[in-house]
Amino acid sequence: MTETANSPPQQHSPQEDAIVDMSQTRTKPNLSWQSIFTVAMFLFMYLPIGVLGFYSFNESRYSANWEGFTLEWYQRLLNDARIFSALQNSLTVAITAVAVSAVLGTLMAVGLSRYRFPGKSLYLGMSYLPLIIPDIAIAVATLVFLAALGIPLTIWTIVAAHIVFCLAYIAVVVSTRLADLDPNLEEAALDLGATPVEAFIKVLLPELVPGILSGCLLAFVLSMDDFLIASFTAGAGATTLPMEIFSRIRTGVKPDVNALSVLLIFASGFLAFLAEYLRLRGERSPN
Amino acid sequence: MSITTNPPPEPPKLKPQTEASKKPFGSRWLGQLVLLGPAGIWLLLLLVVPTLVILELSLVADIRPGDVVNPDGFANYLRAFAPLNLTVIGRSISFALGTTIGCLILGFPVAYWIALQAPKKWRNLLLLGFILPLWTSSLLRSYAWITILRRTGVLNSIIGIIGIPPLELMNEPPAVLIGMTYSFLPYMVLILYASLEKLDRRLLEASADLGATPPETFLRVTVPQVFPGIAAGGLLVFITSLGDFINPELLGGASSMTVARLIYNQFLGQTPNWGFGSALSTLLILLVSIAIALLLKYGDRDAKV
Repeated sequence: MTETANSPPQQHSPQEDAIVDMSQTRTKPNLSWQSIFTVAMFLFMYLPIGVLGFYSFNESRYSANWEGFTLEWYQRLLNDARIFSALQNSLTVAITAVAVSAVLGTLMAVGLSRYRFPGKSLYLGMSYLPLIIPDIAIAVATLVFLAALGIPLTIWTIVAAHIVFCLAYIAVVVSTRLADLDPNLEEAALDLGATPVEAFIKVLLPELVPGILSGCLLAFVLSMDDFLIASFTAGAGATTLPMEIFSRIRTGVKPDVNALSVLLIFASGFLAFLAEYLRLRGERSPN
Repeated sequence: MSITTNPPPEPPKLKPQTEASKKPFGSRWLGQLVLLGPAGIWLLLLLVVPTLVILELSLVADIRPGDVVNPDGFANYLRAFAPLNLTVIGRSISFALGTTIGCLILGFPVAYWIALQAPKKWRNLLLLGFILPLWTSSLLRSYAWITILRRTGVLNSIIGIIGIPPLELMNEPPAVLIGMTYSFLPYMVLILYASLEKLDRRLLEASADLGATPPETFLRVTVPQVFPGIAAGGLLVFITSLGDFINPELLGGASSMTVARLIYNQFLGQTPNWGFGSALSTLLILLVSIAIALLLKYGDRDAKV
């Protein structure tokens, strides 16, 4: 972090360069050790994903050696009813939780940006709790609470628990978007005779849509990924995809899980790009 | 578990004068109720109240599902501080500290290069590319490390070619540290990047002009400027890895029992003990709160240096 700590040289005049940073006369700035290190770290980040992909086509079940190309694991996966029922449960949970959270989280973000009231800092603190408290503690608290009330565990108890963190994440994303908005727009609508509800739906909401959508995508991915909270709040038969994956991999390496990983990685890569696209579009649109 | 590419949570800016403040009291009250009521009730009912319930339950010794709750003291907390469990708490903290330091050492040069040295038009794409793995299943990323680190895995096959005897990393602490550092590195890079991007480069040049060596400039100009980012990234990684269950469970084996795994076992294990589990859970929340309080206390002060 040292030789090139003097910033990119394109901003200096040649004389300045000579004074400021002798080392850069020897090496090009984009061949600094940081750049080589970054390449290595990129490899580190993608190595596990590449390894999973590679072995999902390997004939050998147990060995790390390459023993020939096969699509057997993918075929097995497509005929695996348990995986599909787990996927269905996960999608049910994620879609329902995100749909409810989109409404609750957006309302909360708008309310927090609009009003001052006694106890607001407490309310704000509460809205950050799901982002701060470890998942395991949320999972434990929810399970104990449901048991204390005698509420039977089903797939809907997972949904209720997921709404807690989904709405918090959506509210954070919508809040950052709200902070960039022009407050006069809604006021103008009101001055021109719109009712508060009309102003909200016709003026504010369209401006917030990119933020709401990218918040929803984030919440969707987190809900699909959650293992701990779901396994604490799931009723019998409500096994989600992470729970199914966990019960398979804790006993060792499974080639059909490798195949599943590859498919899920493509799905999440697609969602990531969609989210980024929405975010950039949101930033570019004129306010 | 933030995966967002937005900066860490910031309270939304208050608009000083909004239409709401001009309207009669009744409608303002109704607006607040509609906007803040539903989410508030949900969080209160499913997060705040349950957390208070486990606080009560943590005072019940030897409770099993179905027992009557009857608080009778601090037996569960005393048990949590028995030597064996104290080792577990200590191990969790050292894993979290190790992961934080690992992420800082590996993440800083990456964030530095992307924020200050990479071609400008590539920066967003490079950052996005680096954090992309966060969008994939955390279970599967950790599972991938089993494939790499196990005795007959990728790493040992590769070092076997050069004649190095196989390493026994799986089911040992090093595997947990590798898995956790891998899992949380993108968060660190994301936060450090946000901080480094705002770095005032004129100060770096001034420092060099005044005769500082590059290491001096780095330590005395760069680091103080990005300290809030280092503190925020460190805190996020620390609290996330403190509560991590998946990496120690899948990669750590019996030798890497952590608080999160111990809690899990009190509820979904062979011999449940909800009271003890609740006490551990309360302690975990307490540890996280202490970490946040330390950041608020020291993070801010040093940031102004």
